[in-house]
Amino acid sequence: MPPFRPLALALAALATALTLRPAMASNWTDTLAAARGQTVYWNAWGGDTRTNAFIRWVGTQTEKRFGVKVVQVKLADTADAVARVVAEKAAGKTQGGSVDLIWINGPNFLSMKRQGLLYGPFVKSLPNAKYVDLSPGAPATTDFTVPVDGFESPWRLARFVFTYDSARVPNPPRTMAALLEWAKAHPGRFTHPDPSNFMGASFLKQALIDLAPDPAALTVPPTEASFRKETAPLWAWYDALRPNLWHRGRSFPANQSVQDRMLADGEVDIAMSFDPASAAAGIADGLMPPSIRVFVPKGGSLGNVSFVAIPFNAAHKAGAEVVANFLLSPQAQAHQQNIDVLGSYSVLDPSQLDKRQRALFAALPTAPALPTRADLGKTLPEPYPSWMTRLTAAWKARYVK
Amino acid sequence: MSPAQRRIARGAALGLVGAGILVPVAAGLWQTTLTAFGMVPGLSQTGPSLRPWRELVALPGALESLRLSLVTGLSATLLALILSLGLVAALTTARRMRLARQMLAPILAAPHAATAIGLAFLIAPSGWIARLLSPWATGWQVPPDIATVHDRAGLALILGLLVKEVPFLALMALGALSQVPARQQIASARALGMARAEAWARVVLPQVYARIRLPVFVTLAFSLSVVDMAIILGPSTPPTLAVAVTRWLQAPDVMRMMPGAAGALAQLGVMLLAMLIWVTGERALAAVGRALARRGARRSGTGFGLRVAGGLAVLLTVLGLLALMVLALWSVTWRWSFPNALPQQWSLRLWRDGAEGLASTAGATLEIALAATLVALILAIGWLQAEGPRARRLSTLLLLPLLIPQVSFLFGLDIAFLRTGLPEGWVAVVWGHVLYVLPYVMIVLAGPWRAFDRRLEATAAALGAGPVRRLIAVRLPVLLGPLTAAAAVGVAVSVAQYLPTLFLGAGRVATLTTEAVTLSSGPDRRIAAIYALMQAALPWLGFALALGLPALAFRNRRGLRGGVE
Repeated sequence: MPPFRPLALALAALATALTLRPAMASNWTDTLAAARGQTVYWNAWGGDTRTNAFIRWVGTQTEKRFGVKVVQVKLADTADAVARVVAEKAAGKTQGGSVDLIWINGPNFLSMKRQGLLYGPFVKSLPNAKYVDLSPGAPATTDFTVPVDGFESPWRLARFVFTYDSARVPNPPRTMAALLEWAKAHPGRFTHPDPSNFMGASFLKQALIDLAPDPAALTVPPTEASFRKETAPLWAWYDALRPNLWHRGRSFPANQSVQDRMLADGEVDIAMSFDPASAAAGIADGLMPPSIRVFVPKGGSLGNVSFVAIPFNAAHKAGAEVVANFLLSPQAQAHQQNIDVLGSYSVLDPSQLDKRQRALFAALPTAPALPTRADLGKTLPEPYPSWMTRLTAAWKARYVK
Repeated sequence: MSPAQRRIARGAALGLVGAGILVPVAAGLWQTTLTAFGMVPGLSQTGPSLRPWRELVALPGALESLRLSLVTGLSATLLALILSLGLVAALTTARRMRLARQMLAPILAAPHAATAIGLAFLIAPSGWIARLLSPWATGWQVPPDIATVHDRAGLALILGLLVKEVPFLALMALGALSQVPARQQIASARALGMARAEAWARVVLPQVYARIRLPVFVTLAFSLSVVDMAIILGPSTPPTLAVAVTRWLQAPDVMRMMPGAAGALAQLGVMLLAMLIWVTGERALAAVGRALARRGARRSGTGFGLRVAGGLAVLLTVLGLLALMVLALWSVTWRWSFPNALPQQWSLRLWRDGAEGLASTAGATLEIALAATLVALILAIGWLQAEGPRARRLSTLLLLPLLIPQVSFLFGLDIAFLRTGLPEGWVAVVWGHVLYVLPYVMIVLAGPWRAFDRRLEATAAALGAGPVRRLIAVRLPVLLGPLTAAAAVGVAVSVAQYLPTLFLGAGRVATLTTEAVTLSSGPDRRIAAIYALMQAALPWLGFALALGLPALAFRNRRGLRGGVE
């Protein structure tokens, strides 16, 4: 990794900003001044040690560069932080709130945005937002089909991928129909996390997108009729799949971590992840055998952008903006994309980067289990959030006694 | 001090200790009851209403959870009792007795969570046992598709409970056995034509059982309401009632609290029901036994049954030791895939990388354990010093927390803390631990304390020593052995606590136990193993010190070393 030249880069960024948008620069200077000395309580799911380490790194960088400290409040579930903000609002605490920054997505974002619990729009005022494609319809402008409207700032890409053991599965099944055939031929060797868990629900969504007669219907809230029509092929497919799952589909791993362990132990041959780098990272950490690889369904896979948002009553809004902005810097994005760090793909638009910035990404190390961006294929948009809720409920009603 | 003043002082001491234990239990149960009947002003619920109960019944899997708890709890206790008695019956020589104590001690001292994590690594389809036997004996190139952990019937949970409860009951039974003139009675029975094992079963066993009835009930209460072990080994969809209740009470949706509290009360009902079933079973068995005895039967097969039970208990002990060994193995593993019998790559990197977090968590755990143990020791000494014959009978009340399911009152206690403005967090957690540490400290300390040779104190008094000096200069030093043993047990009990830490710490107090339970469902088995191993290591260290300190202090006092077990 090339050494940082923070001062030079900051000056360069500042100079560009000054020449292009003087008004904003002065606002940003105010923000930087207000942020200095603040401690940002970043509420982020704490289940991944690599992400936790990356957040720690972000904190050391922002402290060094901008005098902003970051403390990660490790959440078991992002909904906990949402609940806290709701409780604070109910208690009349409209400022000095305990949550400064939330790693947020989809349903939680929708819920906070609807209830007016978010500060903003703030994204356009971030100097580094210029590296992100924010044109209408671009991935970073909607979150699970909900318009972002500048109330949350992107920081990493999530893509649904299958992980598999290439030593036992030479040709992984790349469509849902092929997956069913494979499972029939290898009963007990595939499963998915419990659909009450995010990853399990995502598997059902991925299958739904693949099998729905009219995928366009998924971008709007489901009606009784559209839900029945679009999910009918899914249930037929799943009814055939289930008896061939691990434990004959009668029990499911609680979450992705448990299923990853099962893949590593050889209890199943195929697992899944929302992080294309998870296989390479697992191998590097000794958690996975070196033969684990990643594949993406032929038609593409679900993808979404992970965002950070600032609650309306955050005590340290300026500091939170500085952190959100730093996350969008080419340095931070390249560091994050490094497989030795996090391996999450950058949310920046390569065409907005200059040569030196692009070189940061080109110089990143590779690993055999790390798919290239081309391997990942097309990103399919997430269905409207309530599809997931209804899908999970319908699955439970059908398969849990 | 006049006798009247002394009586008042004694009464005050007893009252203080009693209140410290009983008030939290009562307050906790009361608040749980209020919540269970929808009386939660903070959520603008005024009640009383039966809605929480209707919601409880409507929660998916609630009734199945209840059934699971009853079945796993009762079968684990019954089996643990049978196996431990079988084990004790087999300890016919001093050598076997010593060996058994040596093998049981590390399992007894290891917390439930650590044992459960190790056991899960051992018996999983891809666990160590399968790895040791594959593929040469089993033919498995990949792990078989069978549920040996989290199985729906709760067999893995029962096994886990057995691994921990058999040593506990066996040591209790050994203690009871020493109070029974077993040898003479067996000799008499054999003279009457009974086989040796049969004589033990028919003559000695009933007397031993009568003396370990309280520990058996403690085991029953524990097995019915255990949370950490049930999370790690028990069924997941649905889980046992105690786990389900804990999840509801911790749910982000605060309205779940009310059906959760109803479930917590139902847990108490399950406990009472189980006790009723147990006592009925006792009666029936006693009737059968008496009828057999009256008929003069010489053979009932119980002797053979005991031998089988003893064999199984030995097997179980080996399983427990292997479970602890596999923790050590995983903690120094880098990569270890199926079906290799041993890791392919070893590494100390995870110990090194995690050292900082591990040290701070272990430090926090130890601080709480030492504080709780110190408080419990002071309370126990205060009680024992103040008790007369009447209070001695009352001291059973101090064991109450062990007989009430933890979820039933700890959640309410947390609410009581919030209502009265007492802070959650460290102090509350320590107090919560004292509730469980004190009973065990009393169990260890009461016997030696009451058996103390009063002539020593009389001599000291005659030499002019006052009551304080007699306590500090005579009694405590002489009882150093039992005191360190009680302290070690106290530390072991505190380190193992899961729910008190979780509820009273408001999620902000992390100990090795809470971390180990969380990590047990995480992606990295090696880190989970490190935390579980550390969790077991603290009590081991405690017991080593408990043995070492008196031996060191009394290296020139042979007569005082006897008190150390």
